Amino acid sequence: MTMSVPLPAGPSRLAGAVQRQGALAVLVTVVVVSLATFPGFRSADNAGTILIAAAPPMLIALGMTFVIITGGIDLSVGSLYVLGGVVAAWASQYGLLAALVAPLLLCGAIGVLNGVLIARTGMAPFIVTLAALLGARGLMRSISDQGSTTYLVRSDAFHELGTGALFGVGYQVWLAAGLVGAGIVVLNRTRFGHAVNAIGGSEDAAALMGLPVRRIKIGVYLLSGLLAGLAGAINAAKLGSGVTVLGSGMELDAIAAVVIGGTLLTGGSGSIAGTVAGVLLLGVIQNLINQVGDVNSNWQQVISGGFLAAVVVAQTYVVRVRRAPSP
Amino acid sequence: MLLEVAGVSKNFPGVRALDGVSFTLQPGEVHALVGENGAGKSTLIKVLTGVYQPDGGELRYQGEPARFATPLDAQRAGISTIYQEVNLVPLMSVAHNLFLGREPRNRFGLLDEARMVHEATEVLAGYGVRADVRHRLGTLALGAQQMVALARAVMVDAKVVVMDEPTSSLEPREVETLFGVIRDLHARGIGIVYVSHRLDELYKICDAVTILRDGKLVHTGTMAGLERRKLVSLMIGREFGEDFTSFTETPESVLTGEPVLRVTGLTSRPRLRDITFEVRPGEVVGLGGLLGAGRSETIKAIGGAYPVDSGTIEVDGVTLTRPSTVRAVRAGVATQPEDRKAEGIVAGLSVRDNIALAILPRMTRFGLVSDKKIDAVVATYMSRLRIKAASPDQLVGDLSGGNQQKVLLARLLATGPKVLLLDEPTRGIDVGAKAEVQALIDELAAEGLGVVLVSSDAEELVEGADRVVVLRDGVVVGVLTGDQVTTEDLMATIAEAAE
Repeated sequence: MTMSVPLPAGPSRLAGAVQRQGALAVLVTVVVVSLATFPGFRSADNAGTILIAAAPPMLIALGMTFVIITGGIDLSVGSLYVLGGVVAAWASQYGLLAALVAPLLLCGAIGVLNGVLIARTGMAPFIVTLAALLGARGLMRSISDQGSTTYLVRSDAFHELGTGALFGVGYQVWLAAGLVGAGIVVLNRTRFGHAVNAIGGSEDAAALMGLPVRRIKIGVYLLSGLLAGLAGAINAAKLGSGVTVLGSGMELDAIAAVVIGGTLLTGGSGSIAGTVAGVLLLGVIQNLINQVGDVNSNWQQVISGGFLAAVVVAQTYVVRVRRAPSP
Repeated sequence: MLLEVAGVSKNFPGVRALDGVSFTLQPGEVHALVGENGAGKSTLIKVLTGVYQPDGGELRYQGEPARFATPLDAQRAGISTIYQEVNLVPLMSVAHNLFLGREPRNRFGLLDEARMVHEATEVLAGYGVRADVRHRLGTLALGAQQMVALARAVMVDAKVVVMDEPTSSLEPREVETLFGVIRDLHARGIGIVYVSHRLDELYKICDAVTILRDGKLVHTGTMAGLERRKLVSLMIGREFGEDFTSFTETPESVLTGEPVLRVTGLTSRPRLRDITFEVRPGEVVGLGGLLGAGRSETIKAIGGAYPVDSGTIEVDGVTLTRPSTVRAVRAGVATQPEDRKAEGIVAGLSVRDNIALAILPRMTRFGLVSDKKIDAVVATYMSRLRIKAASPDQLVGDLSGGNQQKVLLARLLATGPKVLLLDEPTRGIDVGAKAEVQALIDELAAEGLGVVLVSSDAEELVEGADRVVVLRDGVVVGVLTGDQVTTEDLMATIAEAAE
């Protein structure tokens, strides 16, 4: 008995490639075209600007990738990002370490709360994290007196973390790159990462195979909370204060980047490299619109939305083709 | 004694799924667990493997009282399961599926990809699967996926392997490979619980057999010591020897009428092959056979809910082209599905709304739904079918099983069908209500409907049906008419067909 492995046929293979590599291909195309067209885009400075601006969204999208691969969603990250920034700025009066640890502790705790509610009670991630979004926003408002108190960064070391550079590349970019690298290893080369994929692929099967489904779910929401808090902290370090008005909608940008990067919104399949391409693509589009200048910056969202729709259509097609042969 | 279950009970709301069932498994024994749908096999398996906790009774494993809170507990203790539907992750690679949760790690604590690929290739070759283990599992044929599941189950140092219908998606050659693996496990002293409804397989591979019926243990003993006919009668009938015959005479007019339903050469690969029978107005035709024989599939195919490859379905002389549920209903076919809760009633709606559901388009005045018209129809059927509800507004979910079934029948009848397809109409309802539903079926037939009846209960089938078409593996293997419609003949036909 020999069982052959049929390869996906033409259209499905194409759709599969669009799903997995689409963001990267579009990113490369856009960058090449922009390099040729816009002189302002060509400078090393501009590349640095894009990367630094992309660092916090990258961290948030990294956590979101894990969450979405389990088949979940985390809407609270935008609020946690702001909360993390405010808490980091406030805690910077006690030094660099405090400025980093305080937001991680708080946002990590909220992430665990999300995870426990989702894993233990079976409530929909959408609802649980929506509640956390509102709760974290309220918490941020109350510690900043309705947003009227702005905490300034009091630690020079912390401020340096946000503004300094190594080999001409900002610390934030190094940090994001390092965590992305670690994330790729964790997702692909650890039991945790495989369990994340298995839960998203089939939660029942994962449970029956004896995987610790609840613990893994709590783990991904913890990770998502920690990364959102960290993203807020490094942004505060860059800006020199805990800004209370940014961050709403960050969760949606992160979800868009993850999905554009080819991670299935239904879970079970995804890649961090794709998410990186997704984040950079959104960042480059934003940057280009700023370059052109006379285009209303709101067009950025229209274009991002268009990409998102195209990718989701491709994904749906892939999933349908792939499911078709099995009864 | 490897595994012992003593007097285990398990209740679900409204159902006693297991009632004081005992079961023992010796090392190296292949133990068949058989019974019809709803007999409690699946529940017993889930109790053994930690998916369910028993409400009463005791589980002993390797001589010690055991309690498995989760499937992981059971798996760690050495009890592995392969389920009927492959429970692996199709989006992950074959190798990753095989090692999920216990992947080999290198000295940095990272997964050893090369070793996984190498070992997976080697292990699966022993199961006759030669494929690139780096591909996604979903790209393998179902049979190969089943082998991966089995390989996984055995790899975890299993002492007990539970197989829930392992051959249902396998080809004959693959079945041979599976049996080779089972013999090997047997030789290694691993105990196997083998659930299947294919009798020839049971006699080929199993040492012992336990039969469940309606959640109760009806027989346990050696496989060789149990005749086929006896086995069949224990599964679907009462004690062997107590013959049961239908005394209802079929009226002459029924035998001569033009068929209201004519099924010719109905084929749906791989489940149904060349099924042909007809039903006249006023006639109840039973579909007999064991679980998996293709009875429900036949019903669904006629009702447009199961794909048909070839063959024709004629309702009242009109051929159904391109069958779909909508076309079948329009042609006058009403189907009562097997799973009342999942596919039939809407528990959260009232009796009235449930009955009116299928006929709303006809219950309108000036384009709006007319309450008055609905009330009239609902009142008619509630009294005619003797539905016991506090009021038409009572929620169907609060009614007894028998009354729920009647509400479902009322909905079907309100569409004015010519043919009624009933799949296990008395499952899960109490004895009194059962008799009432059965009487109702007779009445409906007497009024000129053509009825197709599926029942796992041999007596019910024999008593209710004028003729019985016996299926096995999707093929008609016999038709019982007139004097032959007895439980004795039914079981003989099923058992012989299996030989």
